[in-house]
Amino acid sequence: MAKITFITSDKESITLEGTSGSVMQLAVDNGISGIDGDCGGVCSCATCHVHVAPEHVSKTGEASEIETDMLELDENVSEYSRLCCQLEISEELDGVVLHVAQ
Amino acid sequence: MSETNSIDKTCVVIGASHGGVNFAFALRKEGWEGKIILLDKDPVLPYHRPPLSKAYLTSEDAIDKNLLKSAESYEKQAITLQLGVTVKSINRTENSIALTDETVITYDKLVLATGARAIIPPIKGIDQAKNLFPLRTAGDVENIRKALQTSTTKNVVVIGGGYIGLETAASLKKLGANVTVLEREERILARVTAPIMSDFFQELHAKNGVDVLTHKNVVSICPDSNTVSCSDGSTYEADLIIVGVGIYVNLELAKEAAIVIENGIKVDETAKTSDANIYAIGDCTFHFNPHYDRFIRLESVQNAVDQAKIAAATICGKAPVYNSIPWFWSDQYDIKLQMVGLSTGYNKVLLRKEEGDLQKFSIWYFKDEELLAVDAINNAKAYVLGTKFIKERKLVDPLKLTDPTIPFKPLNLVKDS
Repeated sequence: MAKITFITSDKESITLEGTSGSVMQLAVDNGISGIDGDCGGVCSCATCHVHVAPEHVSKTGEASEIETDMLELDENVSEYSRLCCQLEISEELDGVVLHVAQ
Repeated sequence: MSETNSIDKTCVVIGASHGGVNFAFALRKEGWEGKIILLDKDPVLPYHRPPLSKAYLTSEDAIDKNLLKSAESYEKQAITLQLGVTVKSINRTENSIALTDETVITYDKLVLATGARAIIPPIKGIDQAKNLFPLRTAGDVENIRKALQTSTTKNVVVIGGGYIGLETAASLKKLGANVTVLEREERILARVTAPIMSDFFQELHAKNGVDVLTHKNVVSICPDSNTVSCSDGSTYEADLIIVGVGIYVNLELAKEAAIVIENGIKVDETAKTSDANIYAIGDCTFHFNPHYDRFIRLESVQNAVDQAKIAAATICGKAPVYNSIPWFWSDQYDIKLQMVGLSTGYNKVLLRKEEGDLQKFSIWYFKDEELLAVDAINNAKAYVLGTKFIKERKLVDPLKLTDPTIPFKPLNLVKDS
């Protein structure tokens, strides 16, 4: 069980609880605005872009090469950018805050 | 929203796959307050279709791990989902549709997201063949998984070397099947890629122990032995036969309602059909692509989702314009192929290799100087760069592009203008 907080682009804060699956799926199932997950979670569409709160990077780890590459030319990319289809829900993520990218 | 009093109105959507589902949620988001009724003949909660032939087939997951939206999401957004129902006809004078059980539903706006269905070609004996399946629906996957589990020989013949056929072949191989792919053309993926890509995938399958045979025109299936025979006399034992030879667009409803059809339901840049109250989105549409300056039909998630958003915004009184560059993907074994743009009409192909990694490269399709499309193998960087260059109509320097020592950065590869 992990509590995950999403902060949408209009500053709404929503905390959800998840046990398994990807963070993207949790967000889509709960209608988090700005997380579409069009490709179903295979790093092909980049429609699940989030910025991890800097103090929580230790919970999520670093982005993989394909995530970095997919986001390289994105105007809103930052060093805290992740595609949240690549974040598996586990205890380690508990308490993480994710800002949904524009 | 400028569409006033939508609270008393009803929007009916025929087809609940990527297009229909995304449309329904987008319509709510755009401010539609009236009813949204989403219909599909597939009895299963709407699911992601691309993974069916890829990760989903090889997993043991039930379809609830692969849903477009959770069941609760529809309730939360007050979207009435009616599954397992078939629409019989559209009555444009009455603004209503009729289901096969004679139920009549009236609409203010109607959206056709009817998609496509797999072609079952008229091969002799195909009706009696056992364990023969297309791969288009969750039900197809369930049938294929079951048939493979109970098969003793695990001999699979895949008819058709397109993306569906090849992805299914790779997935079934992973599940322990002996797979043979029979392709009628002289090379696989002939319709959609350059020969260099066909060769790459041909070798990839060979390396993974899948026989991919070209120039194989299947002419009959023996009803007793389930043996597949080709016009050159060759025969292939099959316990399971997968048919992946393309799709028919589901046009019947639109056709009978006399909505304008060309190579699909013809829509304008707002996804509107020839009837002002009827929109069409996704695989079933013949739509204008401004970038390539022509009408096209696409089998893709990207187009379904983009047109869904355009139609929803238009119905809610906004004036969005469709201007997407098509993109696609395919996963086979450990290879990720990402494609952007439309290569049709290309007269030059450039290969960009990457240093030290043979499994990572990209193919760039040009018409004269203009970049039309990019196919990227395990190379998301090439894919995003290609997307940018196509969109912005940048002129790419061919020498720099094909020099693997020059890093993949926009400024490095664009021609000085």
